[in-house]
Amino acid sequence: MLRFILRRLLVMIPTLIVVSMLIFVVINLPPGDFLSNQIAELRATGQEAGLAKAEFLRHEYALDRPLPEQYLIWIGVWPGPSGFNGLLQGDLGWSFEFGKPVAEVVGETLWFTVILNFSAVLFVYLVSFPLGALAAIRANSWVDYLAAIVGYIGLATPNFLLALILLYYGQRWLGLPIGGLMDPRYENEPMSWAKVGSVLHHLIVPTIVIGLSGTAAMVRRLRANLLDELGKPYVVTAKAKGVPPVRRLTRYPLRMALNPFVSDIGSLLPSLVSGSVLISVVLSLPTIGPALLEALRAQDQFLAGFILMFISLLVLVGMLISDILLALLDPRIRLSKRKRS
Amino acid sequence: MDATGGETTGLAGDGTGTMLTVDSLSIRFRRSAAARPVVEDVSFSIDAGESVALVGESGSGKTLTCRSILRILPRGAEVCGGAIQFGCGAERADLLRLPAKRLRDVRGSRISMIFQEPMSALSPLHTIGAQTAEVLRLHGQASRAKAREESLRMFERVGFPDPDRAFRSYPFQLSGGLRQRAMIAMAMVARPKLLIADEPTTALDVTLQAQVLALIKTLQAETGMAVLLVTHDLGVVANMADAVVVLRAGRVMESGNCADVLGRPLHGYTRKLMMAAPVIPECPAPSFPCPAGADAILEFHDIAKTFERGDRTVKALNGVDLRLRRGETLAIVGESGSGKTTLARLAMLADRPDPGGRILFRPDAGKPAMDLLDQTGAGLLGYRRSAQMVFQDPYASLSPRMTVGAIIAEPLAIHGIGGAAERRERVRALMAQVGLDPAWTNRYPHAFSGGQRQRIGIARALALDPALLICDEPTSALDVSVQAQVLDLLESIKTRLGLSLMFISHDLAVVARLADRVAVMRAGQVVEQAPPGILFSAPLHPYTQALIAASPEPDVSRPIDIATVARGAGRPDLWPDSFRPTPDRSGPPLLEIAPGHFVRRAA
Repeated sequence: MLRFILRRLLVMIPTLIVVSMLIFVVINLPPGDFLSNQIAELRATGQEAGLAKAEFLRHEYALDRPLPEQYLIWIGVWPGPSGFNGLLQGDLGWSFEFGKPVAEVVGETLWFTVILNFSAVLFVYLVSFPLGALAAIRANSWVDYLAAIVGYIGLATPNFLLALILLYYGQRWLGLPIGGLMDPRYENEPMSWAKVGSVLHHLIVPTIVIGLSGTAAMVRRLRANLLDELGKPYVVTAKAKGVPPVRRLTRYPLRMALNPFVSDIGSLLPSLVSGSVLISVVLSLPTIGPALLEALRAQDQFLAGFILMFISLLVLVGMLISDILLALLDPRIRLSKRKRS
Repeated sequence: MDATGGETTGLAGDGTGTMLTVDSLSIRFRRSAAARPVVEDVSFSIDAGESVALVGESGSGKTLTCRSILRILPRGAEVCGGAIQFGCGAERADLLRLPAKRLRDVRGSRISMIFQEPMSALSPLHTIGAQTAEVLRLHGQASRAKAREESLRMFERVGFPDPDRAFRSYPFQLSGGLRQRAMIAMAMVARPKLLIADEPTTALDVTLQAQVLALIKTLQAETGMAVLLVTHDLGVVANMADAVVVLRAGRVMESGNCADVLGRPLHGYTRKLMMAAPVIPECPAPSFPCPAGADAILEFHDIAKTFERGDRTVKALNGVDLRLRRGETLAIVGESGSGKTTLARLAMLADRPDPGGRILFRPDAGKPAMDLLDQTGAGLLGYRRSAQMVFQDPYASLSPRMTVGAIIAEPLAIHGIGGAAERRERVRALMAQVGLDPAWTNRYPHAFSGGQRQRIGIARALALDPALLICDEPTSALDVSVQAQVLDLLESIKTRLGLSLMFISHDLAVVARLADRVAVMRAGQVVEQAPPGILFSAPLHPYTQALIAASPEPDVSRPIDIATVARGAGRPDLWPDSFRPTPDRSGPPLLEIAPGHFVRRAA
């Protein structure tokens, strides 16, 4: 098992390298870059004074070099104008749009993004698991139909609309806060339990909104899987052995139906991250999403590149977790893997 | 005897010895349009220590009947009448009316069940040890340690070479035979009073079937349990049962003592079943060995095929030399894993053999042969026209979205033969030829029964006027009575059209009917080859002997010779000296010991 995890970790390295190349190429596909756009604009408006600074930045961040070299400098395996300082050295680069280092731009939002997505995934699983299982066991009963209705609402309603509705009624009836990461009181305050509580309080609405569409899809999938499994001969065998109903369900088909459920963790993350951009804008949440949007629009390449790398890393970690869980759950995967290594 | 089975038939005297009484049981499907029950008024009883067989073809209701005993009917089916009394004396109760909790106490501990497909009937996520011990734990019969101990003892009893390892194994790590043994161990571990075996050996090879049946019999003799055997195979019945109940369309046709029913069947349907049951004839019609060097349409020379399975290689075929003469039927017989299907795939050029082998095809008598492995373009296309295949599963091999006419005409369309009207005419002629009504061209496959579908498959194979037909187990998915009809059809078409047939089967009895020559394969090699007359009356190779001995016959006076089966089907190093494989695992050479009779043994 340890070897399996180690090997999976090693496989992540080449994956990340390929991903970084793709990201770099994609970002550089549109003609021009932030600085050349800016220089053109300054020229057009005759503000010659800014030109020198832009040219300086252009040289400082090696944007005047050929693309492959720029890539290597960005990664940190090729000396730039000021020696080796790329992603590998922990230097995330400069955000031209915001005029400060990328690390400063994203720093705060990174951990909040992770927390928000983690709680959304948690929400998806906590809600969809019992709902999906119940929907399958009581197929065509009111539980099933209720799950279906929740599912369709989650799938069909535009998320930002749902966000607005929830915000309004959440505030009106439950006194939930509107927007933001925490009560303004706690901003710039040292960490305290009250601050954590405020953050959690603020998380409720975004978690539900971001998680709901994922939940809907997951409920449908678990229901279908479990319905399939319930008709399998080994369930009949268990019945013929005299296994009581609940144990029969949890010990046999439910475990089998978990497989696709678990392997979805990896694919759930990216859709949550990209799905949450709009919601973050609507709810004015300091997540990485709006920053990414802004960076892509302005061709702020170091910022965009880093954010995309970060999301890819999240996905890979999600996949790793799901693979490990799968191997733990299913002896067929575990044992066939071992044979091959 | 009353053919409709109105009252409890006197299979065994009533009284204290009766373990199970099924009394005018009826089962129907809820919300089905047909108001008529699918099982109607079925009655029989089983004494302690007795074996009763429920026999019938698919759709006869035999599986529903046996499942209703444990109340594990599939979704939608429900018992709509009758009673099922189980137990002796004061314990006796109607299982159909038992509260769910008390029924659970009966399931697995007093009545247990063996299913047909051990792979799907065992949970893939739990070790077979855990699944077996669970039975004892559930019924509170043993502590954890005791349950483990009992399970290990049972694993040893059912023939696991290493019970400890078996306990820790998952079903997918075991072979088919061992899986069914695990299933039996699980069913037997709580020492039930009644064992229900639903087609317990249908998914197994004959030699394994013989061993598993023998195992069930021994266990029965040891524990004195009653056995309810559900099967379609009269040969299995003759070997296992004391009494028989013949079902057809949910009704009892005939029931009684096994020797009586099989020896002197009274009901017309039983007689029909007996007639259709494939049997290896005592002395098959002598066939005349063709002169050596006769014209061969297809020749395999030194064919080997190696597959990569992870880090190990599997030799599916190893030095196979075969000649299919023009106009003859060459049967290739073997159990699963013998390489017979691989050979068929090579013959169809669906796969290529390892380098070094040659497959020769001679389109016309006297013409030079062409090496199929060198062919490209026109030559290959020509071969694909003259060699056609009939597949095993008539359900999977016909597209459900095409009409029968379109299916049969497809080869014509692919090869661009004839116009629309001409093709239509040809399809009608082909359908008539295989015994289907030409008016059915616009129907879809789902409207046809298994046997009719196989006829469609045959018509499709004949569409291009082939010279060579390769049949891969064409009847093994069919009921016996239908199987006989399809075999008759193949035989008559072959003679009428002068086809050459390569017929692949696991069933010696089927082969005995049809073949001019039989090649027996084991582990990728031909171990014996002869005309059926010689092969079945004087088999020489221990494996051939085992295969023949293992084929169950519907005759109580000729039980399976389990010793012969065990010897020949067991490990090759236990065979007599001259047959033993050589150290390089290639085995002794194939010797011609009489004209047309080849055996793989040392000179």
